[in-house]
Amino acid sequence: MTAGTAQGGRPSGGGRSADGGVPGAGAAEPYRPSARRLARETYRRQRARRSALIAALSTGGTALVLYLVVVNSPGWERTRDTFFNAHYAWQALPEVLRGLRVNLELMAVCGVLILLFGLLLALLRTLQGPVFLPVRLLATAYVDFFLGLPMIICLLIMITGVPALRLTGVTTDPLLLGGAALVLTYSAYVSEVFRAGIQSVHPSQRAAARSLGLSNAQAMRYVVLPQAVRRVVPPLLNNLVSLQKDTGLVSIGGVIDAVYAAKIITSQTFNYTPYLVSALVFIMLTIPMTRFTDWTTARMNRRQHQGGTV
Amino acid sequence: MTGTTDDAVLRLEAVRKSFGEHVVLRDIELAVPAHSVTALIGASGSGKSTLMRCANLLEEIDDGAILLDGEEITDPRADQDAVRRRIGVVFQAYNLFPHMTVLDNITLAPRRVHGVAKAEAEARARELLDRLGLAAKAKEYPDRLSGGQQQRVAIVRALATGPRLLLLDEITAALDPELVGEVLAVVRDLKEQGMTMVLSTHEMGFAREVADQVCFLDGGVVLEQGPPEQVFGDPQQERTRQFLSRIVAAGRLAG
Ligand SMILES: Nc1ncnc2c1ncn2[C@@H]1O[C@H](COP(=O)(O)OP(=O)(O)O)[C@@H](O)[C@H]1O
Ligand SMILES: [Mg+2]
Repeated sequence: MTAGTAQGGRPSGGGRSADGGVPGAGAAEPYRPSARRLARETYRRQRARRSALIAALSTGGTALVLYLVVVNSPGWERTRDTFFNAHYAWQALPEVLRGLRVNLELMAVCGVLILLFGLLLALLRTLQGPVFLPVRLLATAYVDFFLGLPMIICLLIMITGVPALRLTGVTTDPLLLGGAALVLTYSAYVSEVFRAGIQSVHPSQRAAARSLGLSNAQAMRYVVLPQAVRRVVPPLLNNLVSLQKDTGLVSIGGVIDAVYAAKIITSQTFNYTPYLVSALVFIMLTIPMTRFTDWTTARMNRRQHQGGTV
Repeated sequence: MTGTTDDAVLRLEAVRKSFGEHVVLRDIELAVPAHSVTALIGASGSGKSTLMRCANLLEEIDDGAILLDGEEITDPRADQDAVRRRIGVVFQAYNLFPHMTVLDNITLAPRRVHGVAKAEAEARARELLDRLGLAAKAKEYPDRLSGGQQQRVAIVRALATGPRLLLLDEITAALDPELVGEVLAVVRDLKEQGMTMVLSTHEMGFAREVADQVCFLDGGVVLEQGPPEQVFGDPQQERTRQFLSRIVAAGRLAG
């Protein structure tokens, strides 16, 4: 069809592009996909179908092997009764869900506080000038300290140590103190995430903002931070999921959360199914959160970047 | 099915590319013979960069075909990495790797893709840098170079793998006149050595001098195409005349 169109000195190339020569006229005629395009699309569809089939087969095969290995293992009967007992599962579910409210509330309140405090710490560390040296030093020392301090020790200090001081006006509620411990520790983690994001923004961005007359703070607020925050959404989510699980640690102060509720039933019945129930509930909470961030970051990338095939 | 009796290094057949509703390229026909220079001219946004990105398989075309040495590279079965190994690209925005020194930018592909030994790759890189007047900048990082220097490093990076075809996208757009001269001299040298090149440019004087064939892109089609004397000297299309007269008014047809 286009065999050897010699590109001589003629205007408009030659061959088929000649009829598109008059501007406007070419745009009006409707486009019909060529045989080449249709063949290419057929091939792509076939390949997609084949990959889907292979994926389904390999997934199904893997699941089957796992199932057979588990079911045929010598201890399966006993394991099934102690971990997968429908009767105990139903008994535990409402208790676990009631306990879960504590986890969710802690996560929501602490999550917001951690984000704010973590961001503040990160920003304090970016302050420039000799006046702010003590602020920078304090923020750095705080982060170093709480990054290293094991979570469980921080919790114990807060829950048992603070009430022991018998300070007037300071709460002894293990839920509040446990929440405070979570905020103290996680803020240090999150501030490091924010700081990494801020540092990953190319210096040319700050230069461009400053040369438009924006102050250092304005450049941070309008140019650097928005880019930094977008980049660190996935690791922030990581921290949020981790926080969600660590909310269970406040049970060491006697607060009945989902894990503790399961533990109570287990200790009465000597059946471990309630633990499995609470585990499933936590996993169910995590999945929509990760899918949601995947979706938002993918959408952001599509809109901002040139894209292409690589 | 396609006649490949000629010696075209790059051939576009009825290439169509759109972004959503916006058709950027429609029915583009182009043949780039070996050892020739093809200049793409046209207003900003006329699809010059998109055409080159398609030729380097950075964008998937909607319809038509692109052939490299007579072999269809837009076939879904084609090995894209193998195709890109044969094409050198200099991007409009340089796209140097900021975390690597100039030397590492240049030797990355020869060493990691083509398996050239470090000493050999570096010797070759230094030789090229020297030729482009950048010998002193080998250990510098890209962000600390001037625009013209970055541009020349990008050219060296594209040349270091000995490509069959070189795509140069407005490589002088960001340079001052003095540097434009330097970079264009590099292109002239390459032409003398027989490199096959496709370049987009707003330097009409340069296109006239160095190109064997000039293509005027407008409204998604190649509106006019031919040897430079003809496209510049005796344009057949009204739109080409308009475009060229605007350029002349802007004082860029000199030379
Ligand atoms: N990734 C993209 N998504 C949507 N539109 C794009 C994209 N890349 C380029 N375009 C559009 O395609 C047209 C051609 O762009 P380009 O090839 O860069 O033009 P040129 O290089 O000739 O100035 C422009 O209108 C541009 O807005
Ligand atoms: Mg362009």
